[in-house]
Amino acid sequence: MSDTGGAADLGAFAELFGLEAPAVPDDAPAPRRGLFRRLRESIAASQAQPISPQLAGIYQSKLVSDDTWDDLEEALVLADCGMPATMDIVEALRAEAAAGKVTSGDSLARALTDEITRRLAPEPARIPLGDEPTVILVVGVNGSGKTTTIGKLAHRLTELGQKVVIGAGDTFRAAAVEQLAVWADRAGVDIVKQAPGADPGAVAFDAVVAGRARGADVVIIDTAGRLQTQHNLMEELRKVHGVTGKAMEGAPHHVLLVIDSTTGQNGLSQARLFSEAVPVSALVLTKFDGVARGGIVVAIERELGIPVAMIGVGESIDDLQPFDARAFAEAIFTPDAAA
Amino acid sequence: MFDALTDKLQGVFSGLKGRGKLTESDIDKAMRAIRLSLLEADVSLPVVKQLTTAIKERATGDEVMSSITPDQQVVKIVDEELTRLMGGTNVGLAMAPSPPTVILMAGLQGSGKTTHTAKLARLLAAEGRAPLMVACDVRRPAAMEQLAVLGDQIGVPVHREEGATDPVAVARDGIAAAKRAGRDVVLIDTAGRLTIDAEMMDELVAIRDAVRPTSVILVVDAMTGQTAVDVAVAFQDAVQFDGAILSKLDGDARGGAALSVRAVTGKPILFVGTGEKVDALEAFHPDRMASRILGMGDVLSLIEKAQQNVDEADAKRIEEKMRGGTLTLDDFLDQLRQVRKMGPIGQVMGMIPGLGQAGKLKDVQVDERRIDRVEAIISSMTLSERARPDIINGSRRRRIAEGSGTTVQEVNQLLAQFKQMQKLMKRIGKGGLPSMLGA
Repeated sequence: MSDTGGAADLGAFAELFGLEAPAVPDDAPAPRRGLFRRLRESIAASQAQPISPQLAGIYQSKLVSDDTWDDLEEALVLADCGMPATMDIVEALRAEAAAGKVTSGDSLARALTDEITRRLAPEPARIPLGDEPTVILVVGVNGSGKTTTIGKLAHRLTELGQKVVIGAGDTFRAAAVEQLAVWADRAGVDIVKQAPGADPGAVAFDAVVAGRARGADVVIIDTAGRLQTQHNLMEELRKVHGVTGKAMEGAPHHVLLVIDSTTGQNGLSQARLFSEAVPVSALVLTKFDGVARGGIVVAIERELGIPVAMIGVGESIDDLQPFDARAFAEAIFTPDAAA
Repeated sequence: MFDALTDKLQGVFSGLKGRGKLTESDIDKAMRAIRLSLLEADVSLPVVKQLTTAIKERATGDEVMSSITPDQQVVKIVDEELTRLMGGTNVGLAMAPSPPTVILMAGLQGSGKTTHTAKLARLLAAEGRAPLMVACDVRRPAAMEQLAVLGDQIGVPVHREEGATDPVAVARDGIAAAKRAGRDVVLIDTAGRLTIDAEMMDELVAIRDAVRPTSVILVVDAMTGQTAVDVAVAFQDAVQFDGAILSKLDGDARGGAALSVRAVTGKPILFVGTGEKVDALEAFHPDRMASRILGMGDVLSLIEKAQQNVDEADAKRIEEKMRGGTLTLDDFLDQLRQVRKMGPIGQVMGMIPGLGQAGKLKDVQVDERRIDRVEAIISSMTLSERARPDIINGSRRRRIAEGSGTTVQEVNQLLAQFKQMQKLMKRIGKGGLPSMLGA
């Protein structure tokens, strides 16, 4: 899982950030296949268990029957896609079957991954850099994986030759600053921090100012985890967002909402309410290396149209990948046999 | 009392009046509505299936078929089945026959283990015990530091070993240190781990075998989706945990994961976490959880909204009454009328600790109808009934139902929820209403 795929990965990241791709050796695997394989590995291929009996059922069936549609519905629900998105997808595929485009289990499976891919990536999510510095605000509920993601992101950007400064905006949680400091150290980047209990807006402001002064290319600001229903904390987040804008016009240029792959339908409430507080540009789906399918991003896309930019696949510094909708769809919805 | 599920079921059964018997198709539609509601609440699919089978069996029986209000009967059945599945009375934390009691915390990354280790330690210290926390998350950056800071905050010592790489050794050392220092409860925080990470699951088993805990507690995030079952079963298989703590319940997650964990492993939910602070730990109430999963609790949402718009002086008056537990149904009616006057209702604010259900109302039309019915019920009560709802016996309930054009069941629900609300208001009285108002 810590195998990075080297240059191929970096190329994909360069694309994500709108940077020039680093030189890729001729014999490097095509990025998507490399990503797909790693995603598949992280799901359960090595565990010798099928993704789900429902999916196995779909693949094993020669013809598409009523049972197949039931299996499909269940597979999508089990993946946390939620009923509304599930119904939409099943309806779309039924229409294709009625039109004669889907006849066997195999072609249904392909149609499914096509459909999911289409939904998740009408346009690939981008985090263009280019401002000096580009300021990225990272938000999300408690325990979602913000701090770890920032560490990984700082590392990737550094690999791409960007100068990164991190702002330790979680001034509330015990040892949150220390945790981020370890990551800053691992990634070899500067960290801007203040004493515990300091005003998070002040830290954000400082980080942007420091970033500009030091000629940083990217400033990434961490925030404290907060539940989207905490009215006063969402107000605080608005404030941090606003203060960042005072430090630099147009900042923050991107707001990333971090969502844990194990999240159920509450993810919709998270996306909705965080978006009302701050302009969420994209999602980062974390902890994808577990049993959870992360289908909540499908539900979020359906309701709010927020794209996924990156996906976290482990606790090591390299375990971050640009989101590839097809790779994700194939990782979730194809059983081992077809891998 | 008129929640999303009730609405759906009312919709399903709405064409029924005068038609007589329910058909199989009616029941199937109802089952579908129930299934949808439970899945929305993140109850795992296999548990939903188990539940709907049990519910359908009862729903096709006499109690629904011969009822004049089949929708309400079905809701009652769903509530009962859910509460039954959630488990009976609260179990509490087991103490070892001879000290130290050892509690091992386990769970996925980010579930809230470290925070809840501290919450438990604080609770135990407040009960007069001498806890020691042991920092066995040697993996995550500054995890041990986090526990140390929390230990400082609550005045509980922490055993940690800077630079340690073997959590099993640290755990053993921690127990030894506790014995030397005469600490009678040891709480061991561990690293978050994935259930499909065999090495990490083995490590947890090794820690357990080394310390032979009195209890192994699984910390589960209330917002966990369908994989709650997989996670619970995996931890069950590996370490046979004794109970769970459901964390982050102060949000608007319906918390179906709780039902999934309980239904599939049979293990009780011991506590719920209701905030980030170290005192935000509460006992688990199966009936309240069942209501929450079903999306019930509107009476309290209405109160919250009313509070948002009531003027300062009024708010103070209400606050005093709430603190003292003297809020009457008349006051409640007053509040509701104010809410009606307001027109479209905006976002629900803050949370009442220990409850769920912050979330937007679907649309004002529905609210109006609900408020109408509640208003009608209270208006049909005598002044003494409003002042002392305890005197409202069976025949009074029937009279009130008839007078208001509602049902005895609705009257029962209002009174039950009002009573529940009063109890909670008293508790808030300790914390203070202003904080609830999000000031």
